[in-house]
Amino acid sequence: MHKALPLFITLTLLSALSFLIAFSVGSINLSFDQITSALFSNNKDIAQTIIWELRAPRATIAFVTGGLLSLAGLLMQVLLRNPLADPYILGISSGSSVLALSAMALGLTGYWITAGAFTGALLSILLVFGLSHRNGSWNPSRLLLTGVVIAAGWGAMINFILSTSPDKPLRGMLFWLMGDINNITPEPSSLVALIIGTLVTLAIARQLNILSRGDLQATALGVSVKPLRITLFLLASCLTAFAVIQAGSVGFIGLIVPHMLRLIIGSDHRLLIPASVLAGGSLLLISDTLARTIIAPQQLPLGVITAFIGVPFFLYLLNKNFDRNPLK
Amino acid sequence: MSLLCVQNLSLSIANKKVCDSLNIEFEAGQSWGVLGRNGVGKTTLLHSLCHLRTEYSGDIMLQDKNLQQYKRSDIAKLMGIQLQHNEDPFPSSVFDTVLTGRHPYIANWQWENEADICKAKAALDIVEMTELAERSVNQLSGGERQRVSLATLITQDPKIFLLDEPNSHLDLNYQISLLDHFTSYSRTNERLLIMNLHDINLASRFCSHLLLLTGDGHYLAGPVENILTADNLELTFRHPIEQIQSPDRNIYLPA
Repeated sequence: MHKALPLFITLTLLSALSFLIAFSVGSINLSFDQITSALFSNNKDIAQTIIWELRAPRATIAFVTGGLLSLAGLLMQVLLRNPLADPYILGISSGSSVLALSAMALGLTGYWITAGAFTGALLSILLVFGLSHRNGSWNPSRLLLTGVVIAAGWGAMINFILSTSPDKPLRGMLFWLMGDINNITPEPSSLVALIIGTLVTLAIARQLNILSRGDLQATALGVSVKPLRITLFLLASCLTAFAVIQAGSVGFIGLIVPHMLRLIIGSDHRLLIPASVLAGGSLLLISDTLARTIIAPQQLPLGVITAFIGVPFFLYLLNKNFDRNPLK
Repeated sequence: MSLLCVQNLSLSIANKKVCDSLNIEFEAGQSWGVLGRNGVGKTTLLHSLCHLRTEYSGDIMLQDKNLQQYKRSDIAKLMGIQLQHNEDPFPSSVFDTVLTGRHPYIANWQWENEADICKAKAALDIVEMTELAERSVNQLSGGERQRVSLATLITQDPKIFLLDEPNSHLDLNYQISLLDHFTSYSRTNERLLIMNLHDINLASRFCSHLLLLTGDGHYLAGPVENILTADNLELTFRHPIEQIQSPDRNIYLPA
């Protein structure tokens, strides 16, 4: 455990720092003193209103979404034994979006959108994993192709829903799709989902280490592979769905964060899980702060920022992977 | 009480019979070699013995209790297998890989303790990989990776060791030293060793018992001195075998 201590201290500081920056910058910049006094005393000034009513809820959503997405990515990577798996690339987020959007287009609210997002995520994950499964293993190129094609299919459905929707909610739906956490009230259930998800995966973390070495080896070491896989399927789609409800489809966080952490601390999931949550949260919070400040007063959709970081990273990773293992 | 007892075991892969009502009592302290031609089902048999494969008829009794009645995690405390293929999709050090052998003994929230770490270190010592402990398994040669697999099994330290072609990729010196380790450890510590081998002469040198699978569902099993004859080997490999007397033991060569 102690060998990872420096990393966890760094990640905790990074998380605190990303919150601090998010609290500080914006249309009115706040100093460190203003932030601390707003957080820890009760003087009802403008700084306090800005932080408690605008920046803190938004920062929390961004952080929680980042944590959810990178944890979901990590779980999918174990499930597929492939570092390229990510809820966005495999079309899971878009599937979730389609059903959530359908619910919105039908004028439904609240739990119906949540239920739609969850059903969509589960449906997508089953489709992608089921279709690309051959002879007890997932072939990476087949998997990526299936994911891309299914994502394209969902994309068409999204276009269909958008083109048949009335004008008034359209702009909101569009921004939501691109990944946007503006004007959304924080959903406490997402924070709860992140905490429960983290605890559950931590409880089975060592089994994940064993599972990543293949079904046979895992079974031989006493892991009941099938129930574990089903748990992972459900967890990964749940986490994705909660992220989608909060922020639409934000891409690549689930790919970048676990990969970078593996390079630093190796593949022990007992460390990777908490580290992914902290690092994913910080990265998305920083991205969101960028999204609302780069061309202020206008806001960029969050998905645009993560794609700018994620696409080059993914291409690099793909290239590196296929170099090492051209035909696999 | 026999450690592992196979009763009327019938196995087939793709309509091809591996064995037809196999009956063997495996006792602690024995070292069994399984010989047979490619594709005869040696791996299938080993996988069935440790319940990685569950399609068979007949009974496999582990310490007088049917294997079907065991929990997966309890089987892993009694039986361990070195598989032919390894998957290492993510970077992981040699030491961490070997330490996974302790998994069956550790509760969900627990971490490996000092004793577990000692066992892993000792196993690395036996396979002479101590210097490469921090190396990533993705960067090993085939023979080094094989030694890591064997070290993982040594760390697991079950009652029954199943080895599926332990010699593959191994240099001559490691073939001898590792087979020597497994057979003498089994003999002195009341363990059972069952291994698939390709080399008749290594089998004759290290095994106390042999199981020959002839490919038509028939088999020959027993102490090595009863089973290892040129005739039986010819029947198994469908190739004439020449037996040469040497001072220590007989040498078998394809004619």
